[in-house]
This record gives sequence, C-alpha cells and structure tokens, in this order.
Amino acid sequence: MDKGRVGDETRVPIGSDVDILTARQRGRAIASELGFPNSSLVLIATAISELARNIVLYAKQGEIVLGRIEQDGRQGIQVTARDDGPGIPDVGLAMQSGYSTSGSLGLGLPGVRRLMDEFEIVSRAGKGTTVMATKWKR
Amino acid sequence: MEVPILKQGAYLIASIQSALTDADLLQLRDGLVEKVGRFRSRGVIVDVTALDVMDSFASRMLRDIAHMIRLRGAETVIVGFQPEVAFAMVQLGLTLEGVATALDLEEGLAFLDQKLKGTERGQGSRG
Repeated sequence: MDKGRVGDETRVPIGSDVDILTARQRGRAIASELGFPNSSLVLIATAISELARNIVLYAKQGEIVLGRIEQDGRQGIQVTARDDGPGIPDVGLAMQSGYSTSGSLGLGLPGVRRLMDEFEIVSRAGKGTTVMATKWKR
Repeated sequence: MEVPILKQGAYLIASIQSALTDADLLQLRDGLVEKVGRFRSRGVIVDVTALDVMDSFASRMLRDIAHMIRLRGAETVIVGFQPEVAFAMVQLGLTLEGVATALDLEEGLAFLDQKLKGTERGQGSRG
C-alpha cells in the first residue's frame, strides 16, 4: 500500500507519563488541523495515549511519530509508535483481548486497532516493537 | 496539575480541570482516600467533564478510587463522561463495571443523596 506522506513528521520522545500527555496533545492538534471532527480527535488521542503507554510500560523509552498522509484524495493521520524494547514474543497472542503481561488491563493493542482505521505491528523478541496506525478523514 | 478536592457537607467533590498525567491521577486517588477519613465523608464525586481522553490507566485509576473509597465506607460516583469519550472507552473495552456513574454533577449529587438516604450524614447534606 502506497501512502504519500505530506509535510513534516512530528516526533515525540517517550520516556515518562508526561510524554504520554504531550504525544496525545500533539496528535490531537495535528488531527484538528487536518479537519477531523471532534469525535475522531478523541479516538486518535486515546489511541496515541495507549501506544505511548505501552512504550513506557514495556520498553521504557521510545518515540511516537505523527505524520499527515494522503491516498486517493483522502487525508489522514499516521501514528507510529517505535521502541527498541524487549519486543513481543507472540504478537498474535498480544492482539487477543484481555491479554497482558504487565498487570494492566491488557486491552491496549486490540483496543487501538478498533479505535483506528488501519493497524500494523512488527515486533520480535529482543528487537523492539513498531506499531503503525492510521485514521482517515471521512 | 493537581485536582482540587472540595468538601461539600458530607461529600467530597473532585473536579478535574485539565488533562492529567499518571502522577496526577495517583495523587487524586491518594488524596481522596485520605480526605474521606479526615472529613468523615460519606460520598465522593469525581467530575471528568473536562477530560477529553480516558485511557486504560485513567480508567483503572477511577475504578481503584471507587473501590478504595467503598472500602473506606463511602460511596463514589463518576460524573460527566462526554459522548465521544464514552465511545472511545467502549472501543477499548473500558466499561468501569461496578463503578457508579451519573450524567453530571447535579445527577451525581442526587445519586448520593438517594444512596445515603436514611443515614445520619446523607440527609440534608447539601443544605
């Protein structure tokens, strides 16, 4: 799938709970500039919050990259969460509702997939995790 | 930003004014649990009207607050979930089961009055 990136990316380093707040506020601002309705802004900000939280919980350090994209005349926001943490040994298992190794509610990744339109995850044990999630403007 | 906790008769009202960090939420939890004892409060209202994001951590903190306050002998009601926030929470599977909710502050006060009716401190608590 070829998605055109438009303009600059915004990178938010993630290392603490304050960064989670920063990332979702930046994401909300970018989505708002793109003209997303308020209901979508809430979904996007919530998804960013969960992705950033996963970084803090599992990898300690990482980044959230926010970018505008365009495809077939549609505009959207792409959220990439990247870390060099321990990785997820079994991505399939992690994508099942209710699964968690951190004592949290364990609904993070499947929930984020439901909040966004497109969702991809690449992770290997010891090699970190990258999640790419896209929301299209309707 | 620290959440102000107001004492209103037998109730405590925590009105969240802006987005909260995890540390702010932990402070709110500990503050409410402590003040319920200090003021011998019977009910707690947490107003989340101003929150535009309720993620898994914030949701867990609200649940923990409600359960800890109940163990301290008081009732908690969360008020003011916005429609978009409620939708996002359901998508994430955050249903806050076992936690009382009400539309807004007014309904929350009515809920506590009803819940605590007949108890010494519940009656006329708003007078």
